[in-house]
Amino acid sequence: MREFLGALALQGGYNTTLVMVGAALLGAAGGGVGAFALLRRRSLASDAMSHATLPGIVLAFMIGHAVLGEGRFVWLLLMGAALTAGLGLWVTTLIAARTRLREDAAIGIVLSTFFAAGVVLLTVVQSLNLPGQAGLQGYLLGSTAGMLRAEAELIAAAAAVVAGAVFALRNLFIVTAFDEGFAAARGVNTVRLDFALLILVLAVVVIGLKAAGVVLVIALTIIPPVTARLWTDRARDMALIAAGLGAAGAYVGAGLSATVPNLPTGAVIVLVQFAVFALSLALAPRRGLVAAAVRRARLVREIKSGRWRPASAEGGA
Amino acid sequence: MNEFLQFSLVPMAMAALAAIACALPGNFLLLRGQSLVGDAVSHVVLPGVVIGFLISGGASAVWIMAGAAMAAVIAAAAFEAVRRAARVEAGAAMGVVFTAMFALGVLLLEQSNARSVHLDVEHALYGNLESHIWLAAENWAALARAETWRAMPAEAATLAGVAAALSLLVALFFKELRLVSFDPDFARSTGMPTGVVQFAVVLASALAAVAAFSAVGSILVIAMFVCPPAAARLMTDDLARQVWLSAGVGAASAVIGFLAAGHAPLWLGFQSTVSAAGMIAVVSGLFVLGAAMFGARRASRA
Repeated sequence: MREFLGALALQGGYNTTLVMVGAALLGAAGGGVGAFALLRRRSLASDAMSHATLPGIVLAFMIGHAVLGEGRFVWLLLMGAALTAGLGLWVTTLIAARTRLREDAAIGIVLSTFFAAGVVLLTVVQSLNLPGQAGLQGYLLGSTAGMLRAEAELIAAAAAVVAGAVFALRNLFIVTAFDEGFAAARGVNTVRLDFALLILVLAVVVIGLKAAGVVLVIALTIIPPVTARLWTDRARDMALIAAGLGAAGAYVGAGLSATVPNLPTGAVIVLVQFAVFALSLALAPRRGLVAAAVRRARLVREIKSGRWRPASAEGGA
Repeated sequence: MNEFLQFSLVPMAMAALAAIACALPGNFLLLRGQSLVGDAVSHVVLPGVVIGFLISGGASAVWIMAGAAMAAVIAAAAFEAVRRAARVEAGAAMGVVFTAMFALGVLLLEQSNARSVHLDVEHALYGNLESHIWLAAENWAALARAETWRAMPAEAATLAGVAAALSLLVALFFKELRLVSFDPDFARSTGMPTGVVQFAVVLASALAAVAAFSAVGSILVIAMFVCPPAAARLMTDDLARQVWLSAGVGAASAVIGFLAAGHAPLWLGFQSTVSAAGMIAVVSGLFVLGAAMFGARRASRA
C-alpha cells in the first residue's frame, strides 16, 4: 500500500514513474480520440484494428530474427503491428463498401481471421523455438514489467505526439461530428478528416499494445468517452473529460500493476477506468441512476399530493 | 489410421460441431446487423468460466457452463443499463461491458495462477482442441463396443447435443426467424412477439458460445459466428439455403483447418503442429474471401 501511494506521488523510481507517465499520456490520447470516434459512431472500428495487429507483431518478430538476428525490437514490432492493423482497416472498409455485408460483419470477419492468423504464426514461432519469444506473449494482455527504458520513452513520446495531434484537430472533429454538411460547406475535407481520426485511433491502439495488450487496448478509446458522456452534453467538454479520466485511470492502473504482484497491467488499467465509469453511472448529476431514481420519487410524490402540472418548470427532465 | 481415430477424429468432430452450433444463430445475427454479439458473448463469459473453474476446483463442465451463463446474463443487464443511461450507440455500450468483463476474467486468472490452478489466458483464447483425445478408440473394431463410446470426451457429447438442439429449433421456427430477420414491422403487425424471437436468437447464441468456448476457445467462436454466415450470404438470396450453406462452410472449415494445422506441417517435414483453432478460423476467413470475389450475390445493393 505504501509502495503504491509512493508510486502515485512519483516516488516509485525512474522506470516506474516513466511507465506511469507514459500510461497517462496514452490514456489521455485514447480518451480524447475515442470521444470523437464515439461521436462519429466508429467505436468498434478500433476492435478490428487492435486484433489485426497480432499477425504484424509476430511477422515483424520473425523478420527481425531472419534479417537482424534478434526479434525483440519494439519499434520493429510496432511497425509490423501498424501495417497489419492498417491492412485490417482497409479490408474492413472494402468489405463494407463493395459487398452486401454490413460494417458489423466486416469488423467481425477481420478481427477474428486476422487474430487467428496471428495465433497460427505464434505457434510457428514456438515450434521454431526462437529466443525472446516469451516477450511476444506480453503483447496479448499487456505487460509493462521488464519494459526497457528506451521502450517506455518511445511509447511516452509517441503518446504525447498523438495527444497533441488530437488536441490540434479538436475543432474540426467537433464541427464534423455534429454537422457533416456544414463542415463540408466550410471547406473541411470530411473524408480526409475521418481518415485522420481512424489513423489517430490506430496510433493509440499500436502505441498502447505494450501496456494494455491486443485484446484490451480498445478499452482505452471506449470506456473514458462513454464515462464522459454521462457527465456532459457538450462535445468539447466531453473530449476534455474523456482525456482527463483516461489519463487518471491509466496512471493509477499502471501504478497499481507496478507495485502489486500478479496484477496484469492492461487488465488493471481497464478495471480502474471501468470503476470510474461505474461510479459515474451511479452518481452523475443528470444521467446517473441515483439522480434518475430521485427524480422519479419526486414526481410520484408530486402526483400523489396533487401538485403535479404536465408542463412543470422541470420540463422534460 | 488408428492414430487418426485416437487423436484427430474427436477434435475434428468437435470443431465441426462448434462451427455448426455458432454458425446457425450467426445467420440471424448477421441479417439484423448484430454480428458482434458473438464477439461480445465470447469475451464476457471469461470471468464466469474462471469462477466456475475455481469453485469446482477443476474442469467441471457443469460449473463452467453455469458460470458462463451467469456472466452472460449479467453482461446483458449491464449492456442495457449503459446504453440507456449514457445514450450511446450499441457498439460503444458493448465495448464498455465486454472489455471490462474480459479484464476481470484476466485478473481472476492471474490471481488464481498464484494458487497454482491450471488454467491460463492462452487456453481461453485458443481453446485446447488438440487435447480432446479418444484413447479408447484403438481401432475400427473398438468403435463397435459400447465402452469405447462411454470413454469419449464428455464435451464432444455436449457440443453434439447443443448443435442438434439448435438445428432443430432453427428448423421448427424457421418461418418466424425469417420474418423477424427481414421484416420485423410486418411480423409485429401479424401479432408475432418479435421481441421474444430476437431475444431467443441472442439466448441461442449465448448457449452456442458457452458450449463451444471451453472446447475450442474464444477466437474460433467469434470466427464461426460471423464467417460462415457471411460467406453463405454472399452466395445466395434464399435464407434456407444460406443457413444450410453456413453450416456446411463451418464444418468444412473445421475439417480443412484441422488437417492443415495438425497434419500438413508434418507432411512438409516440420517437427511440430500449429494452432488448430487459429487455422480453422483462418480457413473460414478464406471462405469469405472466396465468396466476396466469386459469390453469386456478393455485390452491395445500392
